[in-house]
Amino acid sequence: MADTSALKYTSEHEWLLIEGDTATIGITEYAAEQLGDVVYVELPKVGDTVDAGKVVGEIESTKSVGELFAPVSGTIAEANSAVVDTPELVNEDPYGRGWLIKLSVADASVFDGAGFLSKDEYDALVAE
Amino acid sequence: MGSNGSIGAGRFREVFASRHIGTGADAQAEMLKTLDYDSVESLVEAAVPDSIRDDSLESILPPAATEREAITELRALAGLNRVNRSLIGLGYYDTITPAVIKRNVLENPSWYTAYTPYQPEISQGRLEALINFQTMVVELTGMKTANSSMLDEGTSAVEGMLLARRASGSSSNVFLVDDDAFPQTKALLENRAEALGIELHYTSYDQSPPPSDIDVFGAFFQYPGASGRIWDPSEAIAAVRAQGGLVVVAADLLALTLLKSPGELGADVAVGTTQRFGVPMAFGGPHAGYLAVREGLERQLPGRLVGVSKDAAGHPAYRLTLQAREQHIRREKATSNICTAQVLLAVMASMYAVYHGPQGLKSIAERVTLAARYLADAATDGGHTVVNGNYFDTLLLETDRSADELVRDAYRAGYLFHRVDDNHVSISVDETTSADDVLAIAHVLGAESEYAVRDDIGGWLPERLLRTSEYLTHPVFNTHRSETSMMRYLKYLADKDYALDRGMIPLGSCTMKLNAATEMEAITWPEFAGLHPFAPREDVEGYLTLIDQLESWLADVTGYDSVSLQPNAGSQGELAGLLAIRGYHRSRGDLERTVCLIPQSAHGTNAASAVLAGMRVVVVATDELGNVDLDDLRVKIEEHAENLAALMVTYPSTHGVYEHEIRSITDAVHEAGGQVYIDGANLNALLGYARFGAFGGDVSHLNLHKTFCIPHGGGGPGVGPVAAKAHLAPFLPSHPLVQNDPRWSESRWSGAAEGGVSRPAHANIVSAAPFGSPGILPITWAYVRMMGAEGLRDATGAAVLAANYIASRLREHYPILYSGENGLVAHECILDLRPFTEATGVTVDDVAKRLVDFGFHAPTMSFPVAGTLMVEPTESEDLAEIERFIEAMVAIKAEADAVAAGRWPADDNPLLGAPHTARSLIEGEWAHPYSREEAAYPVPSIKRNKYWPPVRRVDNAFGDRNLFCECPPPEAFQ
Repeated sequence: MADTSALKYTSEHEWLLIEGDTATIGITEYAAEQLGDVVYVELPKVGDTVDAGKVVGEIESTKSVGELFAPVSGTIAEANSAVVDTPELVNEDPYGRGWLIKLSVADASVFDGAGFLSKDEYDALVAE
Repeated sequence: MGSNGSIGAGRFREVFASRHIGTGADAQAEMLKTLDYDSVESLVEAAVPDSIRDDSLESILPPAATEREAITELRALAGLNRVNRSLIGLGYYDTITPAVIKRNVLENPSWYTAYTPYQPEISQGRLEALINFQTMVVELTGMKTANSSMLDEGTSAVEGMLLARRASGSSSNVFLVDDDAFPQTKALLENRAEALGIELHYTSYDQSPPPSDIDVFGAFFQYPGASGRIWDPSEAIAAVRAQGGLVVVAADLLALTLLKSPGELGADVAVGTTQRFGVPMAFGGPHAGYLAVREGLERQLPGRLVGVSKDAAGHPAYRLTLQAREQHIRREKATSNICTAQVLLAVMASMYAVYHGPQGLKSIAERVTLAARYLADAATDGGHTVVNGNYFDTLLLETDRSADELVRDAYRAGYLFHRVDDNHVSISVDETTSADDVLAIAHVLGAESEYAVRDDIGGWLPERLLRTSEYLTHPVFNTHRSETSMMRYLKYLADKDYALDRGMIPLGSCTMKLNAATEMEAITWPEFAGLHPFAPREDVEGYLTLIDQLESWLADVTGYDSVSLQPNAGSQGELAGLLAIRGYHRSRGDLERTVCLIPQSAHGTNAASAVLAGMRVVVVATDELGNVDLDDLRVKIEEHAENLAALMVTYPSTHGVYEHEIRSITDAVHEAGGQVYIDGANLNALLGYARFGAFGGDVSHLNLHKTFCIPHGGGGPGVGPVAAKAHLAPFLPSHPLVQNDPRWSESRWSGAAEGGVSRPAHANIVSAAPFGSPGILPITWAYVRMMGAEGLRDATGAAVLAANYIASRLREHYPILYSGENGLVAHECILDLRPFTEATGVTVDDVAKRLVDFGFHAPTMSFPVAGTLMVEPTESEDLAEIERFIEAMVAIKAEADAVAAGRWPADDNPLLGAPHTARSLIEGEWAHPYSREEAAYPVPSIKRNKYWPPVRRVDNAFGDRNLFCECPPPEAFQ
């Protein structure tokens, strides 16, 4: 499991672990709890180019459907096939084995300008 | 309760309303005292806003008939129908409903009064029947997964087309359609494609193979063809698939017992009807359509899908699976607006297969095709040309005589031929075609002699298409051959389920009221059950009269000018209404009016239907009371003024409240040039007190299976008529094969070409049959006929009284989430469990499952607000049953308080353990901190009448993650 205080967050309840020009992306524990038992995950294909703010995947539970948004524009570098086979990983380990995609950008500086939230800011958002 | 007629008459008349309405005068007086009102009238007056109330009480409805009188009148209407032997075919065939199925399923309230199996623990019987249905469809079609039925074959073909479009990955908007498809299927495909920008190309595949340079997303094949022709489509199928298209094959299930399956021919999707498996033609419906897909397309399936999961004890248990696909969750992103299925009819068809088994079905098919073969010889001998060399049950004949003359001769002999054109007729034989029939038909065809009956089926069925693969090998299809065994199997399944014959089903927004025995009486009469939907007008006068009366009654009580009974579900009524609005705008040249405003609190189907009508959904906020936020509405109207097509609003609201601003809302939409669609799902809270058409509605759909007593059938049938003001009437559903009724003739459409947009005569067809599901309309006819205007008004009052009584009695235990002025609710109330969940950890699910231990079906869960229960007692429940429910809810609150107080641990208490099966109480050591008595008999009143659920709580996640949708092997249950 990642150190959650080192992660960035979005208001769409996604987390990012930024390493150079690539971000590992998943949904937060709060989002996973809200969805309930995740039963199906649909992820984009490796090599797909995606636009910031657009839906790129789906996380489906027994009672609802969550959408995965691309937090920035870029290219899908990796998709976690483990969660596709074992969707419950999203509930069991949202910040670790339940990660969803890795997204590469041409210029790492877009991460700085994207307006992500810190852990404290995200916690405050959820507490609202 | 009102009596009617003169004083003298009243003394001797049995008033049906007093049988339909559960609370008598004494009970109502007691309830009113609790609420502090002196009459039902004053209570409803306080609840329904003055601005919409219609006190005129003028009505064209005849005074209420008694049950006996209504039956007499129905007998007279039935007498106006004439049951000739249909050879019309085109997807509807006469069939023999095994009497054991008719009596134990169709006429058995344990099956027909059940609700959709959303609470799987108390629905295992019909879920098993539906798994049998899915298995039957999958094995006969050679597909991987089938859903638990569709509304009819034509709409199933439409869903197949839409599925192909979203799953093919092709960017083409072109869909190939078989020239030899049923005419009603073509009309449906055309109408639905047009709204969604899909282009149809008709083709005769083998004569002109699909050119590889046309890019298509899919193709439709009819197998065998409408003309009866059988040919091998596998090469054409492969050609479509090679260029990335998906192939949809409409196949006749009986033919598939002899012919290679669509799966073996390479199809991606199979669609069709199961009508000829023992379900009467009934002038067009209801019947169960089917839809099945090959491996990999499961998640694209519309409709309801039953799967196998396990319960809390690890035993196999059935449930509806992959529900997150459905429109109530995905709203405007849903793949389809299909909600309900045709469960009762699917159960009948599946039981027909259970009863006959694979050998029985095959021998029926052989008998049918041998009769066709005999008639082919006779036709040839009579001087006609049999056009197709290969056929199963349908012969296309070219004749030197005029087709009209041949049809007339057949009619005189009591047979209905299908006139194709001036010199072609077709005849389809079926399970009921007897040796005498064959001889009589041969005589009509002019045959001189008798022919040897063949004893093999070679020759006319193409060798390369003969089926060699097995089907229906599961024991369930190979066990129940004797009637005793069949009767007991049906009883075994029915005993597992909870239906209205056991107790109240207080489902908010679903209206589980009485389906009276007299209302059900006529549906199995041969004069109503035995007619083909395309029978000639002179044979169906009784039906047309009944339909005409019912349409005018429904128009009257809703304040509209015109009604179409064609839509065979609420969702289809919505679609028909929105297509009418679309047609209206387009006829005026307003091609850009495509925005549909939908309040946040709307039923998810509204949004899904709007998308399928080619509209764009814009969501309007609702305020903290669940009402439309007027400020946001004005903002959204202004934003989309030029593009505003419609507002869809439910009244009373989905929150069960009479919105006081409804007139301001409808006025604002009209001022901006939009149309107002009022969803009639809650009409039962308004009937007799207000009319949609009088407070601003332009069009509505009604749910005859809610307000007007058609039973839910365990998840269908439904009827969703669409009612409209005169300016929308020309855009209501029509049908290419409707009987020659002046109301339905071409002239009806002559005004519709205004604005330069021409419309075909079948415009806005939404069901395969001209009148949808007429076979069950006698139910609603009888209800309205026996209630009269006054009885309907009394029913509304009793429903509102019951809901307010429950709200008032439970308010100190659970907050009531929404109420209107004077603190009153309409016909349903929402119990807010969220504070309770926060304080005790006990969830809505726990309460719903615990209610099973108390002998109740749960109220509606988490709609329209998550974490709540919506309770609708309806007018039909008596006070004792209402008190029993209140007692259960109060006891459950006390149990939750005990959990909160630490008397029971949060992870082991009767709520979390619910429901409790007999097996779980007896097997092994009892190691819970509550007693077995507390588990199973939480209140003394159920000691004498205990419903035992057959399974413990069903594991939803396991079922969704491990999709399995066929009959499990018997070992699984050991």
